[in-house]
Amino acid sequence: MQHDSILITLADDDEDDRLFFIDAFEELKINTVVNTVNNGRELLNYINDPETILPNIIFLDLNMPILNGIESLKEIKQNERFKDIVIAIYSTSSSDQDVEDTFVLGANIYIKKPSNFDSLKKVLSEIVTINWQYHTSGLNKDTFLLRL
Amino acid sequence: MRIFIKFDFNNTCKKILEEKLEECQIKHRILGFGEVEFLEKVSTEKMDLFSKSLDRYGIEIVENQKTILIQKIKDAIVDMVFNEDSAVNVKSSVYLSEKLNHSYGYLSNIFSEVTYTSIENFIILQKIEYTKQLIINNQLSLTEIAFKLNYSSVAHLSSQFKNTTGITPSAFQRIINKRREIASKK
Repeated sequence: MQHDSILITLADDDEDDRLFFIDAFEELKINTVVNTVNNGRELLNYINDPETILPNIIFLDLNMPILNGIESLKEIKQNERFKDIVIAIYSTSSSDQDVEDTFVLGANIYIKKPSNFDSLKKVLSEIVTINWQYHTSGLNKDTFLLRL
Repeated sequence: MRIFIKFDFNNTCKKILEEKLEECQIKHRILGFGEVEFLEKVSTEKMDLFSKSLDRYGIEIVENQKTILIQKIKDAIVDMVFNEDSAVNVKSSVYLSEKLNHSYGYLSNIFSEVTYTSIENFIILQKIEYTKQLIINNQLSLTEIAFKLNYSSVAHLSSQFKNTTGITPSAFQRIINKRREIASKK
């Protein structure tokens, strides 16, 4: 429903990145509920749990131990139950090849991790705002691609 | 003969709601405190039917006037962008304020407050959505799409596409084509 908050899950093995991420969301105008997991395997366990309320957006780091971002993306895209979740790749790499490969595999958003907190806030705010339009105006998520 | 009746208002209203929701075949959950959650998308026709069936019991669906106006603005924008006959030669601000009978300043303020974006940005977003749709259909060239959507040039459309999505129209097309290839192999 329109007035709910946006549920966000971040999978990232770096503790500092996870903390910055949570802090950045606290200052946004749009209501968000953020939780984090440490790698792709934890993420899949989390979303496969029938008790879990599925997130609206998943942020995936590409380089993670146990199950990395690409492998997680593939697994998520294989399951029909997750088709409404927007997938954002959140990575230190910004090579055109990585961007295009992850988009082709079904990611919706690609962000290069910003180098400072202010630009992180700006980027996340932009994503949540655009995602909000998709969320509340019934736009076609199949063709939702955004690179920042 | 006279009899006395005692009723539990809450229970009465709940039962009426339940019956009417079932009559209208709306999957739902009654949350109490006058709140009902619909478990599926409900068409406007069904919604009207449901709302009318409650009318004679003095039960009324509370709708937020702001939310309704925002929906009208969005509908008008979508109509303006996707339906070529709608308003080709009129400025969007004039078109919206005439269609919705409010000043553009008022519409614009209320829109930003509720949707976190501006009417201008929302129009651009819708135009880019339409462009994506036309690219995917593969029937028009980008130049033809630019003309159809009233861009002054194909370069203007291209740069707006890139600004909005972060990728070029041709990269977009390539990605969608590759996704289709993968999907067809499954």
